Amino acid sequence: MQRKSTIAFFMALPLIALIATLVLYPAGYAIHLATLNKSMERFVGLGNFFFLFKRETFWMVVQQSCIFAITAVIFKALIGFVVAHFVHNIPARGQRKWRGMLLVPWVIPPAMSCLAWLWLFDPSYSAFNWILALFGIEPVPWTGHTGWARFSVILVNIWIGAPFFMIMYLAALKSVPEQLYEAAAIDGASWWQRIWYVTLPMMRNIIAITALFSLIVTFANFDIVRVLTAGGPIDTTHIFGTWSFRVGIEGYDIPLGAAVSLFMVPILAVAAVFILRDITRRGNES
Amino acid sequence: MPKTGPSSLSRRKFVATTAAASAVAVAAPYVRGAHAAGQLNIGFWDHWVPGANNTLTALVNEWAAKEKVEVKIDYITSQGNKNRLTIAAEAQAKSGHDIFAYPTWEPQAYANLLEPVDDVMEPLIKKYGKVNATVEYLGRANNKWIVVPATVGSQIKGPCSRIDLMKKHAGIDVQAMYPAGSAPKADQWNLDAFLKAAEACHKAGATFGIGLGITSDSVDTAGAIFHSFGAALVDAKGNITVKSDAVRQALDYFKKLAAVLPADAPAWDDASNNKWLVSGKGALIMNPPSAWAVAKRDAPQVAEQCWTHGMPSGPKGRYAPFLPYFWGIWNFGKNKPAAKSLLAALSQREAAEKMVAASAGYDLPSFEKLTDFKTWAEEGPPKGTLYHYPNPHNHQVLSIAAAPAPPKIAAQIYTQGVQTKMVVRHLQGEAMEKTLAWAASECEGFMRT
Repeated sequence: MQRKSTIAFFMALPLIALIATLVLYPAGYAIHLATLNKSMERFVGLGNFFFLFKRETFWMVVQQSCIFAITAVIFKALIGFVVAHFVHNIPARGQRKWRGMLLVPWVIPPAMSCLAWLWLFDPSYSAFNWILALFGIEPVPWTGHTGWARFSVILVNIWIGAPFFMIMYLAALKSVPEQLYEAAAIDGASWWQRIWYVTLPMMRNIIAITALFSLIVTFANFDIVRVLTAGGPIDTTHIFGTWSFRVGIEGYDIPLGAAVSLFMVPILAVAAVFILRDITRRGNES
Repeated sequence: MPKTGPSSLSRRKFVATTAAASAVAVAAPYVRGAHAAGQLNIGFWDHWVPGANNTLTALVNEWAAKEKVEVKIDYITSQGNKNRLTIAAEAQAKSGHDIFAYPTWEPQAYANLLEPVDDVMEPLIKKYGKVNATVEYLGRANNKWIVVPATVGSQIKGPCSRIDLMKKHAGIDVQAMYPAGSAPKADQWNLDAFLKAAEACHKAGATFGIGLGITSDSVDTAGAIFHSFGAALVDAKGNITVKSDAVRQALDYFKKLAAVLPADAPAWDDASNNKWLVSGKGALIMNPPSAWAVAKRDAPQVAEQCWTHGMPSGPKGRYAPFLPYFWGIWNFGKNKPAAKSLLAALSQREAAEKMVAASAGYDLPSFEKLTDFKTWAEEGPPKGTLYHYPNPHNHQVLSIAAAPAPPKIAAQIYTQGVQTKMVVRHLQGEAMEKTLAWAASECEGFMRT
C-alpha cells in the first residue's frame, strides 16, 4: 500500500510541480508585492490594504464587482437551466447539432468575441443603434453611460458564460433516473412539481458547484470589461481585475495593484466555504 | 589603480570622444575598441505605419555595420500595453534589452534603473538646439538626462480640422489662420472662438470629435485646455491645488464645451476620434496626423479637406498636447557604450528626417532645429496640411496633462484620467465643489511613496 502511494505521488509530481510554478509561486509573489511600498523598496505590512480602505474608488470597485458577478451568475444559471431543458427535450438525433451551436459563445476566445461586441456597442457606429434608428428610437450610449455600460458588460458575460451552465445542467438532467419522473407522473405531479420536487433536488450539487466555479471566474474577469469599457465611464464598470491592472501596471503602483487583486481571495473564500459546506452536508445526509 | 574592465575603457573612450567632438559630429563618438563590439538588444516600439519599422531597422543596421556590433531588434506593440508590461517585467527581473523605447511616463517611473545619458544629450542639444520643457520634465531626473527623446512615436495632438466644414459652419478659414510655409496668423484663435465654433458645428451636425474618456487623446486635450487656464491639480512642489479659481474656470469652460461634444464622448478611446473624422461626421478632432493618414487611404475626399494646425489660446497662453516617446538604456544593460553610440546616431538630423518621412510626417524629433523637414511641407493632400504640425514657429507651448506636478504624481493623474473624469462628473450634474473635492481626494491618494 505504501509503495502504491509513493508511485502515485511520483506520477503526480509533474502536475504538482506545474501547479507550484504557475499557481503557488505567482500567488506567493503577489502576496509579497502587496506588502511593499510603492517603489517596492520597503516592507509596509498591511499598509496597502489599509490605504485601499480609505479610497472611495476602491469601495466602488468592490460594489461593482459584486453587482457584476452576482447578477451575471444568476442570469447565467437561469438561462442555462431553461436552455438545458429545451435541449434535453429535443429528440436525440438533432440534439448534438443544437448542443454544438449553443456552445459557440463559450468556446470562442473571449477577447475575440468581446471585440465583436465592442463593434456592436461602438460609440459612433453601434449596429444596435443603427437598428434602433430604423424604428425611430434614439441611440443608446451602450458604453458611455454608467447604467448602460454596466448592463452591457453583464450582458456579454452572460452571453459567454450561459452555455457552460447549459452543458453542466444538461449532463445533470441526463443523470436523473427516468423512473423518478414516471413515479411523479403516476402521483399526478404537474410540470412545475416535477421540476421543483424531482429535477432541482437531483441537480442541487451540480447547480452549487457550477455557481461557485462561475462566481470565481466571473469575479476574476478581466477581458470583457477591459475590452468593452476599460472600466469607464468614470470608473463605474471597473472590477477587481481591471482596476488592479490600471492601478498596478498603468498607474505604476504594482504593490497597490497586487493588493487590489488579492481582495478577491477572502470574498471568494467565504463563498466557497459556504457552498462547499452545503454540498458536503448533503453528501453526508444521503 | 584605474579600472581596466572592457566596459569602463569603452565608456571612457566614448565620453572623451564625445566631449572633444561635440561641436563637430555627435554621431561619431563611439570608438570601437577591442571590447567594444558585441551584442546590443533593442526593444523598439512597433510603429503603426507600415514600413516605418523597416526604416528604423535600416538605420540601426547601418550603424551596426560601421561599428561591428551585432544587433537584435524586437518591435513591441503598444496594443494591450504589451510594451509597458515588458518594461515592468524587465525592471523587475533587471534583465532584458539594453535599449528600450519608453512611452511618455515610463522614464520617470523607472528613473533609478536608467543609465544617465548626459553625454549623449548635451552634444545633441548643442547641435540641434534645446528641447521643449515637456521633454525636460519627463526625460530628466536628479539633474541628469535619463533618456533621449525618440523621434519615433513622439507626437503633437493638436487640432485636425475640416477646411470645408469649419468655413461653412463656423466661418473660420483654418488655412488662412495657419498658412502653409509661413507663420500662423491666429491671434483671434482663442478658447472663446473655439467654443463658438464647436457650438456652431454641433448645431449643423458636424460635431467636434473630442473624447472625454481616459485614454491619452482625451486626457491630452483636457490637459492642454487646463493649462490654457493655468489650472494645475498639483503644483511642482507636490501641493494639491485643485480648489483654485483657475481649475474652476477650466472646468466651467469644459462643461460648456462638453455639452456640444458627442453624447457618448465619455466612452471614447483613442480610435474613436479617428473614426469620427474618417466617417466625415466631424469638423475637428485632436490628433496627430494618423487620422488624416487613415482618411487618405479610406476616405480620400475627407483627407483632402483636413488641415492640421495649432491650439486655441486661453487666458494663460496657447498650449498644445505633446506626447513624447523616449529611448533609454537600462542600467543593467550589458553594452552601454554601444547603446549610447546608437542613440546618438539615431538622433542625428539625417536619421530623424528618414524616420519622419517613413512615418508620413507623424513622428517628431524634439529638438528645436529639427522642425523644418520637407516631409511636413510637402505632404498632402492638401499640400502643406502638415506644415504646422511640428510647431515650426514655436507658436504654442508643448505641454503634457498633469504637469507641473512631480512626475510620479502626474503620471497617476494622467493614467487615471482625473481631468476628464472631473469634466464628466461635472457635466453629468455633480456640483463643482463636489467634483473638486473628489479630485483633491484622488490626488491625495497619489501622494503615497
